[in-house]
Amino acid sequence: MINIPSTLRIAFRALKVNKMRSALTMLGIIIGVGAVIAMLAVGTGASKRIAEQISSIGSNLIMILPGATTSGGVRMGSGTQPTLTMGDAEAIQKECSAVSNIAPILSGVAQIVYGHQNWSTGVVGTTPGMLTVRDWPVASGRSFTDQDVKSATKVCLLGQSVVDNLFGDMDPIGQAVRIKKIPFTVIGVLSTKGQSPQGQDQDDTILVPVTTAQKKLFGTTFPGMVRIIMVKAKSTEDLSSAERQINELLRQRHRIGPKQDNDFTVRNLTSIMQTAEQSTKVMTILLGAIASVSLLVGGIGIMNIMLVSVTERTREIGIRMAIGAKTWDIRLQFIIEALILSLIGGVAGIVIGVSGSEAISFFAGWTTIVSPLSVFLAFGFSGLVGIFFGFYPAYKASLLDPIDALRYE
Amino acid sequence: MALIEARDITKIYRIGDIKVNALSNVSLTIEKGEFVAVMGPSGSGKSTFMNILGCLDKPTDGKYFLENIDISDLERDELAGIRNKKIGFVFQGYNLLPRTSAIENVELPMLYDGVPARERRQKAMDALKSVGLEGREDHNPNQLSGGQQQRVAIARALVNNAPLILADEPTGNLDTKTSVEIMELFVKLNTTSNMTVILVTHENDIAAFSRRVIKFIDGRIISDEKRKTV
Repeated sequence: MINIPSTLRIAFRALKVNKMRSALTMLGIIIGVGAVIAMLAVGTGASKRIAEQISSIGSNLIMILPGATTSGGVRMGSGTQPTLTMGDAEAIQKECSAVSNIAPILSGVAQIVYGHQNWSTGVVGTTPGMLTVRDWPVASGRSFTDQDVKSATKVCLLGQSVVDNLFGDMDPIGQAVRIKKIPFTVIGVLSTKGQSPQGQDQDDTILVPVTTAQKKLFGTTFPGMVRIIMVKAKSTEDLSSAERQINELLRQRHRIGPKQDNDFTVRNLTSIMQTAEQSTKVMTILLGAIASVSLLVGGIGIMNIMLVSVTERTREIGIRMAIGAKTWDIRLQFIIEALILSLIGGVAGIVIGVSGSEAISFFAGWTTIVSPLSVFLAFGFSGLVGIFFGFYPAYKASLLDPIDALRYE
Repeated sequence: MALIEARDITKIYRIGDIKVNALSNVSLTIEKGEFVAVMGPSGSGKSTFMNILGCLDKPTDGKYFLENIDISDLERDELAGIRNKKIGFVFQGYNLLPRTSAIENVELPMLYDGVPARERRQKAMDALKSVGLEGREDHNPNQLSGGQQQRVAIARALVNNAPLILADEPTGNLDTKTSVEIMELFVKLNTTSNMTVILVTHENDIAAFSRRVIKFIDGRIISDEKRKTV
């Protein structure tokens, strides 16, 4: 028959008698738990940031860039050859089964004028598919339609930063702006997207129908040419098959022989970002593992002190045994003592860990996220450490011979 | 039925290759309600015998029955249970838990017997009252005199209503006057509550309070005489 409230009281008293020693023993656990929580918070924060960036460029995204031109032996770099056309884009949409949406892009930098305000920014000629591909809904107004693309109407959607710069607090919808001196009607404002993974302001942009861009803004000698085609695969699993289908289709359309190099580049943005996310996760686990080592060391500290405590209290153990304490009464007494040390240390460690990660995000400016799971995990782990490292001293105590223990001075 | 029946108890210690016969074929019967003094020089085997009577140790050979229970067959935890319910210990050095109040020391045996807190407190108060320590229940051992500490230890020994009280030189650390008071307390418990008291002592003055004196020499009982109380 084991009496838990009394055992708890006995344990608390024993710990109170050696306040300094108990506090120092707890410190090991406090540092361990605090370090685990803070490290996991840093790691989780980093993953979260990357995940946010992935979703800000749009999920399951593939980019197709035109190939490089070679002029006089000088290779001009990716995207210098006008090999992608609206026809390619439409064919991808029609024939690649793993693709859900496409957005051809013809962009350039242009000056926008509204009233006496002006602003220079990237003007992106595209199709309504852009908003789906980039997971980028309009915040107010409406998007342009396929009809707008077909008839090359002079309408535009403004990014939030453009609105801020040209209109301030005014409602831009229905207003006329001039892009390269050509009047366009603002029909909608895009929702805020924030920074790109490269740190660019994604809201500093204007969307116009791709045909309008081709005919009025960035016309070239190649009719129907586009700079980039963005493709959204149906799902993450479909990414690689979409990539393969696009490659096959474009090679066929561009009449590229089996031994020739592609005159375009297909880039799987999402998988690049996912790799980054994976590596952050690995880093999180690594940080957590290193921090757990200190928790382990804290546990060994508890065992050390408990062993000293058992030796010091040999006579007390003898008295208890003579009076009728059974094996498990003695064991539980010491295990509970170790458990109290580690759990109080755990709670203090959580406080230290949480405020520590706050401090890191405040001073270093990193995103830190204390997940409830990591708190729960660290606390549970500290409890386990207490039981595990408390058991051996408790076991030793319970094996003492009552006669010898009573005679111990 | 005798409270204690020891049959041919032998205890052999091995120290390296040397065998030491601490007890050789000791047989003894003690009835309920007796007041027995065990005497003998050091090394006579009286402490070993008391340890066996107290279920702290088991005989190498022979049988020991306490209230008809064969102690020689029991496991460690079963012995702990017997000590808890049937035996109250009083030691020479008091053996109270340090930094623990008198009442909590007295409650200790009931703690291991699963007695509910309220009942525990009540019984401990009664026991302290019966040894004349009313009002001292919240004092720690270091705030009590030797005689008072020994009274706390006696209260602890009788709180579980154990039929047997084993006292190992209970007055060894006390002055003469206090020794007499403690011995009178034992006599009172023996006569009024019919408790069986067995005490170990060197001193004839202390043994004189008992009604039966057993003398040990070299692991054997050499005399066992009953007499009237003083």
